[in-house]
Amino acid sequence: MVTRGFFSGRRPPSDTDARIPPGQYLEQGFPVLSAGPTPRVRTEDWSFTLKQGPKPLKKWNWAEFNALPQSKMTRDIHCVTAWTKFNTPWQGVMIDDILADAGIEPPTAYTLALSFDGYSTNVPTKDLVTGKAMVALLYEGKPITADHGGPARLLVPHLYFWKSAKWVNGLQFTERDEPGFWELRGYHMYGDPWREQRYSSDP
Amino acid sequence: MSSEPSPQSPWQAATIARIEKRTPRVTSFWFKPSRPFTHLAGQHVDIRLTAPDGYQARRSYSIASAPQAGAAVELAIERLDDGEVSPFFHDVAAVGDEIELRGPLGGHFIWEDSDGGPILLVGGGSGVVPLMAMVRHRTQRNAAVPVALVFSARVWDEVIFRDELIGLDDRRDGFDLVLTLTREPARRPADYSRRVDAHMMAQAIERLPKAPRLAYVCGSNAFVSAAAQALIDADVPAGIIRTERYGV
Ligand SMILES: Cc1cc2nc3c(=O)[nH]c(=O)nc-3n(C[C@H](O)[C@H](O)[C@H](O)COP(=O)(O)OP(=O)(O)OC[C@H]3O[C@@H](n4cnc5c(N)ncnc54)[C@H](O)[C@@H]3O)c2cc1C
Repeated sequence: MVTRGFFSGRRPPSDTDARIPPGQYLEQGFPVLSAGPTPRVRTEDWSFTLKQGPKPLKKWNWAEFNALPQSKMTRDIHCVTAWTKFNTPWQGVMIDDILADAGIEPPTAYTLALSFDGYSTNVPTKDLVTGKAMVALLYEGKPITADHGGPARLLVPHLYFWKSAKWVNGLQFTERDEPGFWELRGYHMYGDPWREQRYSSDP
Repeated sequence: MSSEPSPQSPWQAATIARIEKRTPRVTSFWFKPSRPFTHLAGQHVDIRLTAPDGYQARRSYSIASAPQAGAAVELAIERLDDGEVSPFFHDVAAVGDEIELRGPLGGHFIWEDSDGGPILLVGGGSGVVPLMAMVRHRTQRNAAVPVALVFSARVWDEVIFRDELIGLDDRRDGFDLVLTLTREPARRPADYSRRVDAHMMAQAIERLPKAPRLAYVCGSNAFVSAAAQALIDADVPAGIIRTERYGV
């Protein structure tokens, strides 16, 4: 449906068009979204735990986690509130390297990412491994600020950005695909921006 | 992407039924959806504009009307001069136009009278919109739930829904309005003339018969960060604070 009188839209330059998923617009800034106040997590109090169901598999403190091999990922990110930002540079520990350090293969097909503020979000395990995702520690070469999820946030750039849980403190492998915080509140279980899977009613 | 309506499409056409200027920068638009829906206080809709060449712009807008308000849904849209969508509404949109809309959306920043209280609402600028839906919901349900609304605006003439809010405050039925103007002196005895801070939050909480059960904070990202921190500094537990950030 064409909107009467709407011509002037801020069209992206045509060479970038193919990088912007349907319904998204290009953003230069870096908006902040979250469900509650920003938790201030001190690195002294920080830890990261891998769990299978309720059972802890391995736990790292801040120093131990930072000593894991670190990788860089520069990716376009897509927020469900319709902005897309190009070329965001992150550094952190690939999920593959976390699993290697724990000496395990992914035990189940589904994962819940858990956060210090009680937030959680579900991601199929296969979307976290083989170089697809990391626990990011640096953004633009600097520690991630608290409002952007620091000290550490999950980065799953090929899904809508709410899946990249802020203030992440663990991954929990689950037998079934269990909805997380936003997924229980009407957001899509998978969240592929290229298929516009924003809300639970989207195919 | 196809713009043909499909039976499964969550998008629907809504007709603009009424337009009313609220403040120099905020105008309310009442939309009549072709498939009416009931929403919860605090939810939003997504709006999508389509240019003749298929280019689309989409934004979220909170619903200002109470769930019981009837077939038309009120959105209050602030004009950002260099924005893409909000100037379209202020300069181009007219009564009778059809706009594509999807919703209601959002399952976290909501309040129903059955959720109980007391509740503390903190809004900055157009961030008052979903809080207005909560206040109107309370009024329409004749709910006795104690509510304090701290509303920060730059100047008196930018206090959206001002007459309605002051009218509700004057009833003294458990709804308390606290205005704070950041660029003008206060006009009413108990109001403030500064940015929100922990002391203001503590005083707002004292107006409630007991500690709030839930606190809702909405506005620009900078406002929400400052106000949520002020609540925490006023000893409000982080777990009861719900936030909605308008982005930039
Ligand atoms: C859940 C939710 C509810 C909301 N509810 C309301 C509401 O009730 N009322 C309301 O008024 N707003 C609300 N908003 C905000 C609304 O969605 C829009 O963000 C707002 O109207 C601005 O849109 P715009 O297209 O006019 O501006 P945009 O074009 O998005 O620009 C916003 C600002 O960013 C700058 N900008 C961004 N991109 C560019 C670019 N490429 N080039 C230059 N400048 C740029 C502009 O300078 C402008 O000032 C809500 C947002 C959310 C997420």
